[in-house]
Amino acid sequence: MYAQGLLGGAEAAEENEEFLAAFQARIDAEEKIEPKDPMPAAYRKTLIRQIGQHAHSEIVGMLPEGNWITRAPSLRRKAALLAKVQDEGGHGLYLYSAAETLGVSRDQMTEELLSGKAKYSSIFNYPTLTWADIGAIGWLVDGAAIMNQVPLCRCSFGPYARAMIRVCKEESFHQRQGYEIMLTLARGSDAQKEMAQDALNRWWWPSLMMFGPSDADSEHSDQSVKWKIKRFTNDALRQKFVDATVPQGEFLGLTFPDPDLKWNEERGAYDFGPIDWDEFWRVVKGHGRMNVDRIKDRKKAWDDGKWVRDAALAHAEKRRQRKDAAKTAAE
Amino acid sequence: MTATEIPLWEVFIRPRNGLAHRHCGSLHAPDAEMAIQAARDVYTRRGEGQSIWVIPSSEVVASDPDDKDEIFDPADDKIYRHPSFYDIPEDVGHM
Repeated sequence: MYAQGLLGGAEAAEENEEFLAAFQARIDAEEKIEPKDPMPAAYRKTLIRQIGQHAHSEIVGMLPEGNWITRAPSLRRKAALLAKVQDEGGHGLYLYSAAETLGVSRDQMTEELLSGKAKYSSIFNYPTLTWADIGAIGWLVDGAAIMNQVPLCRCSFGPYARAMIRVCKEESFHQRQGYEIMLTLARGSDAQKEMAQDALNRWWWPSLMMFGPSDADSEHSDQSVKWKIKRFTNDALRQKFVDATVPQGEFLGLTFPDPDLKWNEERGAYDFGPIDWDEFWRVVKGHGRMNVDRIKDRKKAWDDGKWVRDAALAHAEKRRQRKDAAKTAAE
Repeated sequence: MTATEIPLWEVFIRPRNGLAHRHCGSLHAPDAEMAIQAARDVYTRRGEGQSIWVIPSSEVVASDPDDKDEIFDPADDKIYRHPSFYDIPEDVGHM
């Protein structure tokens, strides 16, 4: 669900000009690049980092929502939330295998996440305090992710584009179930409506930050656009998200926590207030409310699952040996 | 970290009878049986499949991309292998 503007910027190319020009010509002709094709080292490195961050985001993204599975208000909501969280796990797996085609190992990526070296979307370092947060996440966070991910279906790197097509197909249900939760609350009692408004207040700005730093401050963003890893800049996607989302919020009868938010007739788009980038960088650098807990929870899940992985491998090895022994005996 | 990396498998799904199995991605699993179970959970959560194949990724034999030209280019100049190469008078009708 949750691609974010690449954190840390793209790499700079090192190969000779002839090689880079030939590669760029393939990109310009909209040819897809496949894993065994020649590619600039920086293209490979940028993709490993971007797909890795994206995969980690899916995996960590299970945690804030998983927090509410046991407390979902009805069986219908619980079944939907379980299915959604399972999808996020699946999306992480599609993405990890797309990254692996570039030569990075799964164990290495897991290690980088658990050691805190790898980044993931800053949005998951905010806590899910009420049930309405599950509605707001589906509506806003998945909504923002869809804006980001639809153009990634046309990414120049084949395995990433193919994984994104699968992800996008499954993503629409996520946003709709979230909006339905918000709608139910917004049409409910005063207390429920207040809960929905509170969730919108807390999730609106972090959702806008999901698109990553402003174009003016985003290092090497144009190299990723040139290589068609991304098709739109962070600011362009953010604007599209605001324009699509504000009418949906008005339909709910809720207010966005931005006094500067208003329709600009001339631009044919919504103007919105300045984003608190200090907060964004604070959270990215590990000082959000949940950074420590998220990694602690992932690490616990990994460590607690060790005996299962070990047992499965031992079982596979035992069966292999038995099969070999039976074969030798038969000969 | 596990000392041994859990092996990688390539997954092929037949969406419905009448269609060929088609490569849809890969996954890690200790053995074939668990690979099938994982493929079901990862790749067929919405009725995408009627049948699953898994094969160890290490067993895939692939053509070398460096040999792409010498393998595939010879087909480019044999236009006489296509039906449009032959002139048949219109009066003959559809052939």
